[in-house]
Amino acid sequence: MENQTIISAQGVNFWYGDYHALRDISLDMEAHTVTAFIGPSGCGKSTFLRLLNRMNDLVDGARLEGRILIEGEDIYARGVMVDELRKRVGMVFQKPNPFPKTIFENIAYGLRVNGVRDKAFIESRVEESLKGAALWGEVKDKLKKPAFELSGGQQQRLCIARALAVQPSILLMDEPASALDPISTSKIEELIYELKTEYTIVIVTHNMQQAARVSDRTAFFYLGELIEYDETKKIFLNPEKAQTQNYITGRFG
Amino acid sequence: MKQTEIEIKALKSRLADMWSLVEQQVRKSFEAVTAFDQDLAHEIISREKSVNAQELVVDHHCENFIALFNPVAVDLRFVLSLLKINNNLERIGDFAESIALFVAHNQTKAIAPELAKQLQLKRMFDTVLKMMEQARTALAKEDSRLASRVLGLDDVVDLIHRDAVPVLAAYITAHPDETVEVMGIHNVVRRVERMGDRLSNIAEDVVFYVDAKELRHTAYTQLPKEEKN
Repeated sequence: MENQTIISAQGVNFWYGDYHALRDISLDMEAHTVTAFIGPSGCGKSTFLRLLNRMNDLVDGARLEGRILIEGEDIYARGVMVDELRKRVGMVFQKPNPFPKTIFENIAYGLRVNGVRDKAFIESRVEESLKGAALWGEVKDKLKKPAFELSGGQQQRLCIARALAVQPSILLMDEPASALDPISTSKIEELIYELKTEYTIVIVTHNMQQAARVSDRTAFFYLGELIEYDETKKIFLNPEKAQTQNYITGRFG
Repeated sequence: MKQTEIEIKALKSRLADMWSLVEQQVRKSFEAVTAFDQDLAHEIISREKSVNAQELVVDHHCENFIALFNPVAVDLRFVLSLLKINNNLERIGDFAESIALFVAHNQTKAIAPELAKQLQLKRMFDTVLKMMEQARTALAKEDSRLASRVLGLDDVVDLIHRDAVPVLAAYITAHPDETVEVMGIHNVVRRVERMGDRLSNIAEDVVFYVDAKELRHTAYTQLPKEEKN
């Protein structure tokens, strides 16, 4: 399934009330790749990420124009069930946000709310998900312990495991390592390399080196516009646009 | 000014020191061999140590800059080019030293004016010095057009080098007692030709830094027309 577009944004404009947060964004992302969104705070990169699983739906005054297709389907079309969409498009946030439950229940929760009752199936899926998030070895003997007893880095990988449990095809990550120390950060990055064989990953990061290390393609946003979108190697060796170069070399403003 | 820019400025200034040092060595080596000036040759030989030391200074600063500042895009291309330019300059310094070694230890008299004229030695020396000057200006002004002109000058140097062999052979036939000395002169011509090659490499590094364009292993004749002028 190489080179197959899985996410396609077409002429996306987005407003928070009067504020025009995204201007005419069009970009395609391929399956089994990692795409990094970079840009200064307020540039619209997180807003755009959140549009990909309709996290902005409940924001007051939010208005979208244009189309976002995921696996060929317009996710803002009438009749699309948001919880069905979010099964396909998982999300991991900046701060680890496990539920105040046991490690096991954190993973099992998503399955249960989706109506899974088969205990053996849930157990095997919990194990698979924890393995997928490279956490199984560290927690397999304490699945009944509260998730909050884990370290920050472990909690973040637990949140990744929780997202994997419902078998999404896309994982959105909003600065997943910004609250973590370098060791935990490098574990998350290693995990991203492994996960991309099965999932398509979109990551927002303020850490330029992280974007360079983990992503195949990089999109640079500025003032709500997509300034440049290209192979990460190209962006970090020879970007087309002066604005991109000024941003990644730290000469901005 | 941002810290990255301050560091880049400092790096440029250290490379400029290296460049001046090597340029002086080259200029003096040409003077020494032309005028058979053995004192000058000894001066070049003793100065070679400073060239090597300066190469290490520039290298260390490049390493630190990469380690501490994680340069990307133009900054990354800049520091990568600088490392290569520095290495090429050091090699050019070595060639100047080997010319000086010939003058100090093996040359017995000034090159016969007729031979020097036939070899086009002055033109060869002047062209290499001009390449050195242009490459330096191209780097300072980030001017890739000027840098690619250096490649054109290298063709001149290569031709003079190629034409030197029959001239030297004829001279040996006419003056068989000077064979060893003439072979030494051939070595000088060969070193100067190698200087030209290294200066071409430097020019290519400047183009990579400025335009991110790869010129190495591309025939000069394949360059767009305007870049040949």
